[in-house]
Amino acid sequence: MAKSALLKSSIVKKYWMALTGLFLCLFLAGHLAGNLQLIFGDALQFNQYAVFMTSNPAVKLLSYLTYFSILFHAFDGFMLTYQNVKARPIGYAKTNPGANSSFSSRNMAVLGTLILVFIVTHMVNFWAVMHFDKNMPLMKQTVEVQGQKQELFVGRKVGEFYQVDQIQLEGEAPNPMMPKQITIKNGTDVYNIQANVKIGELYKDLHKITFAFFQDAKTGLIATILYVLAMAVLAFHLLHGFQSAFQSLGVNNKFTPAIKTFGKLFAIIVPLLFAVIPVYIHFFK
Amino acid sequence: MSSAKNININLKIWRQKNAKSKGSMETYKLDNVSTASSFLEMLDQLNEQLINEKKEPIAFDHDCREGICGMCSLYINGRAHGPDTGITTCQLHMRMFKDGDTIFVEPWRSKAFPVIKDLVVDRSAFDRIQQAGGFVSVNTSGNTIDANATPVPKHDADKAFEAAACIGCGACVATCKNGSAMLFVGAKVSQYALLPQGKVEATQRVLNMVRQMDEEGFGNCTNTGACEIECPKGISLENIARMNREFLKASLK
Ligand code: HEM
Ligand code: SF4
Ligand code: FES
Repeated sequence: MAKSALLKSSIVKKYWMALTGLFLCLFLAGHLAGNLQLIFGDALQFNQYAVFMTSNPAVKLLSYLTYFSILFHAFDGFMLTYQNVKARPIGYAKTNPGANSSFSSRNMAVLGTLILVFIVTHMVNFWAVMHFDKNMPLMKQTVEVQGQKQELFVGRKVGEFYQVDQIQLEGEAPNPMMPKQITIKNGTDVYNIQANVKIGELYKDLHKITFAFFQDAKTGLIATILYVLAMAVLAFHLLHGFQSAFQSLGVNNKFTPAIKTFGKLFAIIVPLLFAVIPVYIHFFK
Repeated sequence: MSSAKNININLKIWRQKNAKSKGSMETYKLDNVSTASSFLEMLDQLNEQLINEKKEPIAFDHDCREGICGMCSLYINGRAHGPDTGITTCQLHMRMFKDGDTIFVEPWRSKAFPVIKDLVVDRSAFDRIQQAGGFVSVNTSGNTIDANATPVPKHDADKAFEAAACIGCGACVATCKNGSAMLFVGAKVSQYALLPQGKVEATQRVLNMVRQMDEEGFGNCTNTGACEIECPKGISLENIARMNREFLKASLK
């Protein structure tokens, strides 16, 4: 009995909704801390953060948990909504929902679906480009070499730089007169061609494509506006969701007023800070 | 009641011959309704008018007409038990309406509460949930222990009493956008879970009542809080949280 109840009961659906939802709130906080480096850090710091996010094993585990949470939260949300639509096959001729419940609480499924659409677009725009785009730029920095300013590829070790024209790029016809010594493999690995050994590693320039994305002459403004709107949707989802998760998990006690206040602050501040970033990039950089 | 006056109203009421027929909203005009009368007295007045016109009177549930039985069950102008809080339909008065108002009257809408006729719905789903676990075992062999002989902390007794105030009217289900019965089931689970007498069956009770609730086809709570506001007995959402805790405890056993 207990076992099967754990799989299909209404209340269990709620536990999963709440656990995945709260985990996603944690994810939001972490993601925000990283993104804020687009304002408060330099390009190198941001790209280092991107490397950390994609290579550290603990962070990797967390990111898999995040993917799982988003998918399961959405799936569970649809199941829940389906059950609820079925529970009232004939609706009322007249309703007055504002008399007893908040806008957010009544529209969680719609808000959530919009967030899902946003997450997918967001991942296509940044995550997929970062991981799969052949044209993903590598990070360069302007460095003074013997009094001359030069654009060099930045290596991951301190003081590690490569001259752009030293590198045999993929698809570039080799010059038989002056064969180049090094090339790039696996996206970012710097290889000595003759010895075929890895001698260093570069950064993918996520900072650059992010700025380019929001500063694009044609699509930058609309991208910024859509991003801000998506954050507004997230804010409404969290306005109800944060405190609701505690109720679902059975926490309704003397801490509840504090949880509600914290939830409201979280729901407003976190999406607001996310939204400030593209606005800053588009209008003030 | 010197301020009482008479008003003329329009009514849009759900009429449905029987459980199988389709049903529709019908419009009625009713004049000279005293604002001192109750909502159900107004419906009595309308029924007299219909009988005089040799038409079928409107079927609606009611019994005590003083807010304790939970039978009256009307969804009035988009709200369970109408435009007031902390009351049943029989406690709603016509002074809440104005001359010339159009008033919508509909039955509770829930898959688990099928319409029997007009405004009358079948709420036996609640009975089956109650039968699934809403009881305590008592030794009736002649040496029954007086309930008061078992000490109960005052705080628990108060909370149990608040939960036990639920009259099973179903307004929580009717008003919930999800058609969820969790306020009712939460109240029934809590009422026993808080008392020493209820501890014996605690594990099975919550599992069985929630299972029955799901089998009846009720929706799933999303914590909108509408039920708490429309409940005539002020049953608190705390009871749903307690049920969620009890369910977790019982599932892990
Ligand atoms: C970063 C993204 C998201 C966060 C932080 C988040 C957070 C939350 C939280 C905390 C809850 C409350 C859980 C509860 O009441 O027990 C919730 C509920 C819900 N979410 Fe999300 N969510 C996110 C994305 C989504 C997505 C993508 C969908 C759907 C496609 C979705 C659909 C829902 C639904 C249907 C509910 C249930 C409504 C309710 O219980 O009130 N959410 N979410
Ligand atoms: S919880 Fe309130 S609204 Fe629901 S059945 Fe009990 S008394 Fe009626
Ligand atoms: S008729 Fe009994 S509560 Fe309304």
